Amino acid sequence: MLVVEPGAGRWHDARIGDLTRWLIAGDLLVVNDAATIPASLRATSPAGAGVELRLASYLGEGRWRAVLFGEGDWRTRTEDRPPAPTLTPGARVHFADGFSADVEEVDATSPRLVVVRFSVAGAALWSSLYRFGRPVQYAHVAAPLELWHAQTPFAARPWSVEMPSAGRPLAWSLLSSLRRAGGRLANLTHAAGLSSTGDPALDARLPFPERYDLPASTVHVIRSTRSEGRRIIAVGTTVLRALEGCAVRHGGELVPGQGTTDLRIDRAYEPQIVDALLTGLHEAGTSHRALLGAFAPEELLARAWAHAEAGGYLGHEFGDACLVLAP
Amino acid sequence: MEIRGTSALVTGASRGLGASLARVLAQEGARVVLVARGVEELERTTAAIRAAGGEAHAVAADLGDKRAPHAVAGTAAALVGPIDLLVNNASSLGHVPLRPLLDTDCEALELALDVNVVGAFRLTKLVAASMSLRGRGLVLNVSSDASVGAYAGWGAYGVSKAALDHLGRILGAELRGTGVRVVTVDPGEMDTKMHADAVPDADRKSLLDPLVVAQRLARLVRDSERLANGVRVEAAAWSSP
Repeated sequence: MLVVEPGAGRWHDARIGDLTRWLIAGDLLVVNDAATIPASLRATSPAGAGVELRLASYLGEGRWRAVLFGEGDWRTRTEDRPPAPTLTPGARVHFADGFSADVEEVDATSPRLVVVRFSVAGAALWSSLYRFGRPVQYAHVAAPLELWHAQTPFAARPWSVEMPSAGRPLAWSLLSSLRRAGGRLANLTHAAGLSSTGDPALDARLPFPERYDLPASTVHVIRSTRSEGRRIIAVGTTVLRALEGCAVRHGGELVPGQGTTDLRIDRAYEPQIVDALLTGLHEAGTSHRALLGAFAPEELLARAWAHAEAGGYLGHEFGDACLVLAP
Repeated sequence: MEIRGTSALVTGASRGLGASLARVLAQEGARVVLVARGVEELERTTAAIRAAGGEAHAVAADLGDKRAPHAVAGTAAALVGPIDLLVNNASSLGHVPLRPLLDTDCEALELALDVNVVGAFRLTKLVAASMSLRGRGLVLNVSSDASVGAYAGWGAYGVSKAALDHLGRILGAELRGTGVRVVTVDPGEMDTKMHADAVPDADRKSLLDPLVVAQRLARLVRDSERLANGVRVEAAAWSSP
């Protein structure tokens, strides 16, 4: 784990297992408890072509925003995958055993982005998604991922289409040591979206609006933590977006319940709720890296990253952690 | 634990104790997900609960299969919200009819352990940590007197239930102070298909009605917050309201 202290203009090499060393008793870690959906579905187009339907976000009433990919699989980098044949509203894609989805809308600027409605709903839909779906795969991972590889240890409702990966290293033993050290833990659910669509124009629109659910108990413990002068540490960019998105929408206040956020965070943004961020190592030029600009100057991040790269730190979903403390 | 408004996941819920418990929990206002292998019986049981005004969802799965618990836990949480109450009730006897241990195929012992211990463990792993973040939850493991008594012929089943009992004790120790409880319950001898498979010539009049036991378990669930974490209890202690 790389620890960046913007206030002191320093960084430190550390271990995630020593997380408590960087916290003060009373600090609050807020985690995203969304489970990862097996969001990648192999399907056959009406013309018989093989396509991949990758769920992007739930729109309600059995409808999903999804991205279509052409032939090929996870061994090919997403950006190198051929596009799927263009489908029109009314087209039906078939998965297996009578399970299918109808295309209802096609995006005006990218035909890869569609809205679909599945042929079944409720328990039948979820059972089918778990039967035929696979977790979104990554070309940088050596072997195909099983669903359990893409879950955080405290996953509950399947809301994320890719793993909210910052929470992955927070195993039970680490959570227990945090509790023993006087740290506080709280949860929210945020529907982490796709990290890549393979279409630069579409990627520039990421992240799509994402839904979240903020429990009243979490709002309560955030308030008491702040009133005691302790810090709010967001575990992952999804938690940061949920909390800040909620605050921005409600005049700086957190309001419990479900909401949607399309907040983009960069160095121009001044966090209203979150004091520190536990995340991964994000490359320059990505939206995740831009988001760190809200916590630390880019010049410091660039130097810390150069150090991390030289030291063999790993990036991406299964890489090392990075704790960016309060400025 | 208050049952009204609770999200409950009950395994082995197509018949016997599991079906009765799902019915009682739904009657008392829980949102219930029923899990079992047999689709038709499961759908029938679920439809009956809905017809009586309860919320119930059917998820067909074989908990001896390594992938199944992820599908079950994910589907359940999608349908009724994060799980507050997990009832690990699904069980395999190993061989039917029962056999002495030295005649038991290793695969039959493995099957009993896979379903009764590892399946329960997998589901527990998938719900307990998230319960602890919410500071609330109960894992109720359904055991048997065969986990304590050394009954000839009950080898695979008895061994697996003894392991389940101890799984509950250790988890209870590890979950202390988190608001999440594990309780193991011996329901008593019931008039179920499983009992008939194991003891075909039993006097059915001497056996408990699974609905009566389910009502005892519902009382136990309401009472669970005053129980020691990891404790093993007998359902008979909750005979009267």
